[in-house]
Amino acid sequence: MLLIPCPWCGPRAQIEFTYGGDADVRRPKDAMAATGAAWHDYVYLRDNPRGSHDEIWQHSAGCRRWLRLTRDTLTHAIIDSAPPTKEPPS
Amino acid sequence: MLLRPFSLIDIDPIASHNDKRKLIEEIVTDSRRTLSSRMTSVPRGAGLKGYEMRYSALNLVRNAFSGHRAWPVAWRKAAPQASYDVVIIGGGGHGLATAYYLARNHGITNVAVLEKGWIGGGNTGRNTTIVRSNYLLDTNARFYEHSLKLWEGLTQELNFNLMVSQRGVLNLAHTPGQLESYARRGNAMRLNGIDAELLSRDQVAAMVPRLDCSDRARFPVLGGLLQPRGGTVRHDAVAWGFARAADQRGVDIIEGCEVTAIRRNERGVVGLETSRGAVQAKQIGIAVAGNSSRVAAMADLHLPIESHVLQAMVSEPIKPVLDQVVTSGATHFYISQSDKGELVFGGDLDGYNSYAQRGNLPIIEHVIASALEMFPSFAQLRLMRTWGGIMDMTMDGSPIIAKTPVPGLYFNGGWCYGGFKATPASGWVFAETIANDAPHALNEAFTLERFATGDVLDERGAGPAPWLH
Repeated sequence: MLLIPCPWCGPRAQIEFTYGGDADVRRPKDAMAATGAAWHDYVYLRDNPRGSHDEIWQHSAGCRRWLRLTRDTLTHAIIDSAPPTKEPPS
Repeated sequence: MLLRPFSLIDIDPIASHNDKRKLIEEIVTDSRRTLSSRMTSVPRGAGLKGYEMRYSALNLVRNAFSGHRAWPVAWRKAAPQASYDVVIIGGGGHGLATAYYLARNHGITNVAVLEKGWIGGGNTGRNTTIVRSNYLLDTNARFYEHSLKLWEGLTQELNFNLMVSQRGVLNLAHTPGQLESYARRGNAMRLNGIDAELLSRDQVAAMVPRLDCSDRARFPVLGGLLQPRGGTVRHDAVAWGFARAADQRGVDIIEGCEVTAIRRNERGVVGLETSRGAVQAKQIGIAVAGNSSRVAAMADLHLPIESHVLQAMVSEPIKPVLDQVVTSGATHFYISQSDKGELVFGGDLDGYNSYAQRGNLPIIEHVIASALEMFPSFAQLRLMRTWGGIMDMTMDGSPIIAKTPVPGLYFNGGWCYGGFKATPASGWVFAETIANDAPHALNEAFTLERFATGDVLDERGAGPAPWLH
């Protein structure tokens, strides 16, 4: 069982959360001007690292807010939990 | 509850002029014809080094006199040579099958299979052994049906008992809508020349007596879609059988050898760096399942794949109680009984990126809750083991078997959690893709580029969220 620290509710059980995927995919800013390749990158391509991974979770059975979780995909250890507004690395 | 009666379309396999059916027959016949003409130039046993002993009743008796201590090893412990025509990264079922079919179908025997762990230690030894071809989309149906046809003759061909058991795969329907979608899929299967039967609740109850088919069930069973030719195959034997047969044709199977870099020049791949030294290679095939993204990144490829953990578990062994593979998509659960007597079951992904080869308890609890809801008598059983494997989940739920933008580099992966049943066909078409530098008719749609061009193969219609496929 993952014990996920919600920035607002504190540590809560994994079953209260819904996974939202890789936090660092960037939607093209200008949708009309973006190329097909830029949309392809955003919709389909993933870094899929073994190790530290920044991801979006929703505390869907709790405060219903989204959070940004840094988690090790090899050990399942949770490294950091923050509000989703934290600026992703560019 | 009243249900409209469904029936599947009836196709006479001989009189049918159905184009799709003809196509799949042509593909299979054509591969056999090409095969037999190639076989004359590659005599069986061309790569033998004098240690082969066929597995047969006679040899079993003969070896009994020496207390079964004189059996030859199934495959050599090869050390990496300086150079190969083809190197396959990944010694799972797919990599071994690819090496085997490169030798058997194309006469390419200067081949190495590099495995960082040991043969049978990855997903080949972690899956739940189910084989089937009950797919809706034509591309998938034809590919997996080719695989099922290969399974049907593989024990004899590899001279290794794969314990192929065509006990039937039954998908349960719990809603009228689901039953309708099964009628649609069953019809699609029949149009592709694949066996499918739509069963009523009474038929399901008679076939699976332990299943709670009453109205009291939390999710009452309304019927099911049966593929009688589906079933199970012993997974370890598949790895060992392909390894032994490939080795007998001269393929080097190198265990404990991790690839650390893929070397390229402006014309394409030239070789690899491994934990056991550098190896030159004219062509390189990647077949590494959950590690696809990491190995592809060595050649600067960015893939539409995420790695997720899928768990499975077995009960203590008991006498035969379950004759089919039974699945329930609605309750996220499937189950079968191994020949050893253990009930083998599992469900959905844990649902977050993982390379851990182990999962967490919430999914185990969910799967067992489904099991007990549908098979109440199994509550008496004790759970023996649980384990996890890393699934290479694509963005549309279908695999990728294709050339890559790097000349001489080929990719086989994105198996989601359906890789085991595909093993022989995957090896067959991947070997052809490497040998001809062009895909086989059965895998020409499984490209890397389909996500960019919009030709996705989304069997389930789940969209680009890999943990939902």
